[in-house]
Amino acid sequence: MNIKHYCLVCGVSGCKSSKADAVYHQLLSAGDSSGLSGEVQIVKTGCFGLCGQGPILKILPDETLYVGVKPEDAEEIVKEHLVKGKPVERLMYKTPKETKPGQSYRKQLRLVLRNCGVIDPENIDEYIARRGYTGLEKALSQLKSEDIIEELKISGLRGRGGAGFPTGLKWQFTAEAEASQKYIVCNADEGDPGAYMDRAVLEGDPHSIIEAMTIAAKAVTASHGIIYIRAEYPLAISRLEIALRQAREYGLLGENILGSGLHFDIELRLGAGAFVCGEETALLASTEGKRGMPTPKPPFPAVKGLFGKPTVINNVETLANIPLILDRGGAWFKSIGTEKSPGTKVFALTGKIENSGLVEVAMGTTLREIVYDIGGGIRDGKKFKAVQTGGPSGGVITTDFLDTPIDFDSLTAIGSMMGSGGMIVMDESDCIVDVTQFYMEFCVDESCGKCAPCRIGTRRMQQILNRISKGTGTLDDIEKLKSIGLATQKASLCGLGQTAANPVLSTLKYFEKEYLEHIEQRKCRAGKCKDLVSYTIDAEKCIGCTVCARKCPVHCITGERKTAHTIDQSKCIKCGACLEACKFDAVKIA
Amino acid sequence: MTNSAETKELTLTEELIAYIEEWKDKPGNLIMVLHKVQEEYSYVPRAIAFEVAKLLDIPLARIYGVITFYHFFKLEKPGEYEIKICMGTACYLRAAEDLIKEFETLLNTESGTTTPDGKFSMEAVRCVGCCGLAPVVMIDNEVFGKLNPDQLPAILAKFSR
Repeated sequence: MNIKHYCLVCGVSGCKSSKADAVYHQLLSAGDSSGLSGEVQIVKTGCFGLCGQGPILKILPDETLYVGVKPEDAEEIVKEHLVKGKPVERLMYKTPKETKPGQSYRKQLRLVLRNCGVIDPENIDEYIARRGYTGLEKALSQLKSEDIIEELKISGLRGRGGAGFPTGLKWQFTAEAEASQKYIVCNADEGDPGAYMDRAVLEGDPHSIIEAMTIAAKAVTASHGIIYIRAEYPLAISRLEIALRQAREYGLLGENILGSGLHFDIELRLGAGAFVCGEETALLASTEGKRGMPTPKPPFPAVKGLFGKPTVINNVETLANIPLILDRGGAWFKSIGTEKSPGTKVFALTGKIENSGLVEVAMGTTLREIVYDIGGGIRDGKKFKAVQTGGPSGGVITTDFLDTPIDFDSLTAIGSMMGSGGMIVMDESDCIVDVTQFYMEFCVDESCGKCAPCRIGTRRMQQILNRISKGTGTLDDIEKLKSIGLATQKASLCGLGQTAANPVLSTLKYFEKEYLEHIEQRKCRAGKCKDLVSYTIDAEKCIGCTVCARKCPVHCITGERKTAHTIDQSKCIKCGACLEACKFDAVKIA
Repeated sequence: MTNSAETKELTLTEELIAYIEEWKDKPGNLIMVLHKVQEEYSYVPRAIAFEVAKLLDIPLARIYGVITFYHFFKLEKPGEYEIKICMGTACYLRAAEDLIKEFETLLNTESGTTTPDGKFSMEAVRCVGCCGLAPVVMIDNEVFGKLNPDQLPAILAKFSR
């Protein structure tokens, strides 16, 4: 068999929902009917990161990247590209401002996502062919436990779940703790709304997590591993189950792994939808089958964790780095990124951005590079307002800081935080008060209620924000928000409460003017706070085309054809449909 | 935990008994068992919770505490098709609220409830992890992305047959 082309179809959740499966099957049948069987291999693979433009198809060896491929395009691609060697121009990936296909990949450095979109995640051989399990082999045959931890310390790897704690140190604490049983836990309970990096790794490269956990088992002498994963990720769960089975068949899990004398196995435990379980002590309570409530630290899980035993807890992205560090060395890893934050970071770039998707960049890349060079800028020609990082625990970054190199410390310094990697772009049509209220409602819902500062503080802040967005806020409210926010930050038991005020404090710092407009002028410049908005029609500009009247869902716009229309304010529900429909700029927000 | 007339007749399936047997001696098994129960009945019926309490030797109160702590577990039977409207940040910014309103109008029911005929239930959920396709709706396990309210009647029609 002489394979001339490989067709890689993205087979993870985002693209699957845009009919990638049908594209895969059409390619198979088109390939067969063109007599190419044996010359073309069609593979379902992991995430390419261009999730907004799916389904994605990549053809090797020429590396042509097709986006938005429909099942009916399959035949054309087979006949033109695979048979005649002429790529189908109209489907080729390009960003609006750039001409050369594939340019947005240039500023990226894919380490964590190294295998996503390259291998078939359900085939262990493909992972091994890409130097998979080499790090484990080295750890088992050449290194002592201390050497593994030393290598991690040299690498400077910091936890990617949000707080950025040095991973080597975490492992060392567990390694030094004396106990008959120790655990390795992978935190795959990705709950931050607007972030899905871990999902991409689990669905696109599950073996990297298994390999990393087994390395951790050797480093701290643990025999039992648990992957705590969201029940909302069914595809990731099934890929992990397949990967675990294959690893056992290959002797990479179980008794006496690779003849080294290490016994280690991993089981899956499902989460059940509680954001607080991202906090490690709450996650452990949930793994023990209890309500997922956090406990005070110390004792830290590294010393007293699951079932009271020393436990290493790492997040998915952190673990995905570890096989690479063992394979290529800590010094190599340390040379990437910034001094204090080595390596790369995966971000889920979403919101009002031209190319939504997953991006992986070296730490120290600026926000401007991510938003404009990789993300292609703001959608629909609107103006950039802010980027929100760190989700409900983070803050906003404004235009002034677009050139700040991004790492753990620089983001904290400007009042945001790295968080798990959600990066949500807002434009001028988004209201800061409204978005902050959204995050606070999330925190109110997700606060477990155990400690008063978080339970009451988040509720009070949400009530005040709600008041401001309704136009009934007072100037005192600004001060109240600040003092409640600081108290919640200082006095809460766990990470959820300690960071819940961040969106409020950070937006107050950079957008206080907008808060004041809501309070003093009862004005929402973005037009999002419905109680502060009214729509009117400019009689000078209205040509009476009737489009708005037809679009209005409550039929409150009246007027004869070719004469100016009017809006009945008593019936208007302020949905903004007329504003969007008008082509003559006649509908105004007041 | 209503519908006592209906739930009284429910008994543990053999598959469920086997599953509980398998997990019985593993520490921290409760959440995994509840997942299996919900997979079987689409919610956690009171009668079944009683059985689970007996088999696992866990007080019913603790089971109730766990069910009510997590968003995923349901005490009421959901509709035949479960409509989940993503209200993660990316979807929120791209007007997911309009989708909720449209579904409420189309189904003549409120978010978080089930239609009287038991066909559809709808709820707003947190991020389903398809942010690149915002706004997103999930019906059973099928994801619909980049939606606007005008597309919803056609989607519902697909499931109404």
